[in-house]
Amino acid sequence: MPSTAQPAALSGRRLPNIWDLAALCCVVGALVAIANAARGTLVPIGVLESAHIDLDPWALPGYALRTTLRMFAALFASLLFTFTYATLAAKSRRAGLIMIPVLDILQSVPILGFLSFTVVFFMSLFPGRVAGLELAAIFAIFTSQAWNMAFSFYQSLTTLPSDLDEATRSFRLTSWQRFWRLEVPFAMPGLVWNTMLSMSGGWFFVVASEAITLGDNNWQLPGIGSYVAAALDKQDLVAVFWAIGAMLVVILVYDQLLFRPLVAWSARFRFETTASATVEDPWVLALLRRTHVLRIAGDAVERGSNWLTGLRLGRPSGTIRRPGASSRLGDAAFMVLVALGVAWVLWQVVDFVGATLSWADLGQVALLGAITLTRVMVLMAVAALVWVPIGVWVGLRPAWAERVQPVAQFLAAFPANLMFPVFVVVIVRFHLNVDVFLTPLMVLGTQWYILFNVIAGAAAFPGDLREAAENFHVGGLLWWRRVIFPGILPYFVTGAITASGGSWNAAIVAEVASWGDTKLAAHGLGAYIAQATDAGDFHKIVLGVVVMSLFVVTVNRLLWRPLYAYASRRTTLG
Amino acid sequence: MDTAVTEPLLQVRACKQAYHKDSSTDLVVLDDVNVTLKTGEIVGLIGRSGSGKSTLLRIVSGLLAPTAGEVIWRGQPVLGPAPGIAMVFQSFALFPWLTVQENVELGLEAQGMPRAQREQLGEAAIDLIGLGGYESAYPKELSGGMRQRVGFARALVVHPDLLLMDEPFSALDVLTAETLRTDLIELWTEGRLPVKSILMVTHNIEEAVLMCDRVLVFASNPGRVAQEIPVPFGHPRNRLDPAFRQLVDDIYAVMTRRTPAPATPVAPADAPFAAPLHHVSTNLLAGLMEALAGPPYEGRADLPALAGSLQLEADELLPIGETLQLLRFAELEEGDIRLTETGRQFVQADTDHRKKLFAAALLAHVKLAAAIRRTVDERWNHRASAVRFRDELEDHMSPDYAEETLRATIGWGRYAELFSFDEEAQQFSLEDIEPAT
Repeated sequence: MPSTAQPAALSGRRLPNIWDLAALCCVVGALVAIANAARGTLVPIGVLESAHIDLDPWALPGYALRTTLRMFAALFASLLFTFTYATLAAKSRRAGLIMIPVLDILQSVPILGFLSFTVVFFMSLFPGRVAGLELAAIFAIFTSQAWNMAFSFYQSLTTLPSDLDEATRSFRLTSWQRFWRLEVPFAMPGLVWNTMLSMSGGWFFVVASEAITLGDNNWQLPGIGSYVAAALDKQDLVAVFWAIGAMLVVILVYDQLLFRPLVAWSARFRFETTASATVEDPWVLALLRRTHVLRIAGDAVERGSNWLTGLRLGRPSGTIRRPGASSRLGDAAFMVLVALGVAWVLWQVVDFVGATLSWADLGQVALLGAITLTRVMVLMAVAALVWVPIGVWVGLRPAWAERVQPVAQFLAAFPANLMFPVFVVVIVRFHLNVDVFLTPLMVLGTQWYILFNVIAGAAAFPGDLREAAENFHVGGLLWWRRVIFPGILPYFVTGAITASGGSWNAAIVAEVASWGDTKLAAHGLGAYIAQATDAGDFHKIVLGVVVMSLFVVTVNRLLWRPLYAYASRRTTLG
Repeated sequence: MDTAVTEPLLQVRACKQAYHKDSSTDLVVLDDVNVTLKTGEIVGLIGRSGSGKSTLLRIVSGLLAPTAGEVIWRGQPVLGPAPGIAMVFQSFALFPWLTVQENVELGLEAQGMPRAQREQLGEAAIDLIGLGGYESAYPKELSGGMRQRVGFARALVVHPDLLLMDEPFSALDVLTAETLRTDLIELWTEGRLPVKSILMVTHNIEEAVLMCDRVLVFASNPGRVAQEIPVPFGHPRNRLDPAFRQLVDDIYAVMTRRTPAPATPVAPADAPFAAPLHHVSTNLLAGLMEALAGPPYEGRADLPALAGSLQLEADELLPIGETLQLLRFAELEEGDIRLTETGRQFVQADTDHRKKLFAAALLAHVKLAAAIRRTVDERWNHRASAVRFRDELEDHMSPDYAEETLRATIGWGRYAELFSFDEEAQQFSLEDIEPAT
């Protein structure tokens, strides 16, 4: 049974404090700074000629490969970021005070809305060359992957088992050795799981970030995303299906070759003292472990990495400093520095946004945000009504769960935006209400998180409790209310928070759709951001993105985290 | 190893460990501890939980810096984990992602020893401790006893002069623990252990008498060495030997002796928040009283014998006894426990009457419980937040003790139906409680 771990967004503080505010200011300030820089460099880049996208299906393997390469480049960058940022935040108390809230806010920023700025920014670094566009796409994927990986790593670093921590210190491991022998292995299961969630989200972004329209400029990078965009432009539904097929193959290969083996392998780092039921190795891992030649290669790699990670770099950590011994003066200086920085950023933001926008704009955006919020909530409720009974039914039947679970995880990784054109064609053909029928697109790719978490929860439901319920003839609605629903609640919340976070992001591409010359737009914050992007109106984009971030942060803090805390408190003994 | 017990190996000088509190006086965990360790001896640290014995071990190992005082090791003050000192952990502290061999070699790898030499020493240690054949196993494939053997091998492989052991057998079942103890003592007496001296923390009095050459009994509040007891027997020792039994009895007596008022006044005795409480369930309290009242004890028992027949360790039995003493249901004196008249009444009473007796004892003798009830009574809505009580407790003790004290009081108050507690809201109330008559 593939087990699930907690997504990084769930844990953490609930009540906002002064550091959250500082972090919010920093993030918004950074966005404004990028937007400002981008605005200035927009004109000279317009001369870049767009790459020609060939709609021949035989071109697809090449495009798919380039899309995949972008994905892995971003993954590598995310890992580097994770190991440095999270380590610094965990090791330096002062830095952590501001770095962690920043990460928390970044997690909630719908980065898709900001794609246009990053594109312009990176292209200004490499004027007139494709490299800028490539980097921009990779950066976009990076921003969809890095935050929750870093968060997960940080959480592992701060919850190291105290006895292992003492053991490494008492045996005088250097900081480098300690990092690779204790910290990384301990973080591995959570990190692999969050990487998987990131990758699943990443496919969505890679598809969205290859074809960028900003004002009158139109850029395309060779890849599946551009292929679909071109197909939409030319109203070629067959090409869309070819692209979907190619993507299915890519995800299948990536899922089988990389992630199933990786998740199974990371189980050995799970911190538990009892041997759990061993799961059969995925075929790739079995192949790696049992084929002689591959094993020799594997051993050589292991030997090499053991040597590298065992180098005596850094110093052994000393004694634990007494609490309260750190310098208050330093703290005070640090606080003043942060306060000054925040004040300056705040001034810049007000200056930037206030230049063209009025309170009425803010009111309008807040209203649109409320509409999108309603959509997300209704979708979550509908998805729960559909998938919870199905997930419970499947999860309680191990034979079924074994087959359905991988499919659900696979579907979660599939970039749902490739499916959008199909829906749009139907809406256009039958003149359906845009506000209602564009809505399901938001949850198309994210509902699977609910399904596979519920399956995992139902599968993990204790057998004795099921037997007790049966013994006392608890059935019908009472069984749902008193037995199974509380039992799967933490799993359901885990899935729902991932799904709702993804839906907010999806809103930016799901609330507007086009088919040839037909443009469809629903009312909502996602459509507002998308239209502002089309018009190249940086002020409106910033406002939209900031308001959306605030909505996401607020819903997380007020709804999901309390719910998760409640669920995990109530449904565990002791 | 009765020979050459002369040379001082390690000295602990006037060590004090305190946690700084802004609002009140410092919390003193260890006060003025002096210990000298000589080459060739095994020294045991024993005491109730919270007497600071584990803290002292961590100070000696260099994992924790003392607030005052110093530790001298090989003529130098210890300023961090020192070479030549290795530790065995209660929880084994094995890395689940490393094999037995890799776990054992960890300390050598940290020294930067070349691979070939590391493997050779690692295998020697693994063989010495009886783990041959398990080199490539992962810890979770091993039983508890085998895991702790890995813990021993990992510590011994670096050839430490001083071996520190933090309750190394307490996570093991009785039989496994005994085998491991015997094996270790055998290696020690045969001179095959590559160590000069052993310092161990234990909560098991018999274990201390079985293994150590000297036992330091710790008193709590603040933690300090109450008495040093030499163990004059040679190895192997016989648990049934009358002299052995007598020594176990003596240590019990020292541990249950009414502690003289500590030199530094900790807090006014009548302050409701000053005394830490043990979180002992009312079932255990009632169970012990019933066992005491029945045959063969008839109201009075020798603690070591009682511990033996109830299969409890000293530091499990003592908190129950102390709690009974606090509630005036029993008296502890010189290694004995005696049921009081109220205690007898409790044993004979039915459930309702028991609750009334318990409530009366709580109100009279547990100031915190009385204070909570009084506060709840005084409020117009009969509700009071637990946060306030926790904060006040933390002015007098560490957060962990404050939490345990509050937990204990909540548990007892619920049983006595003095007040209810809502975990979600962290609030005391009088819901479902009959008004006091």
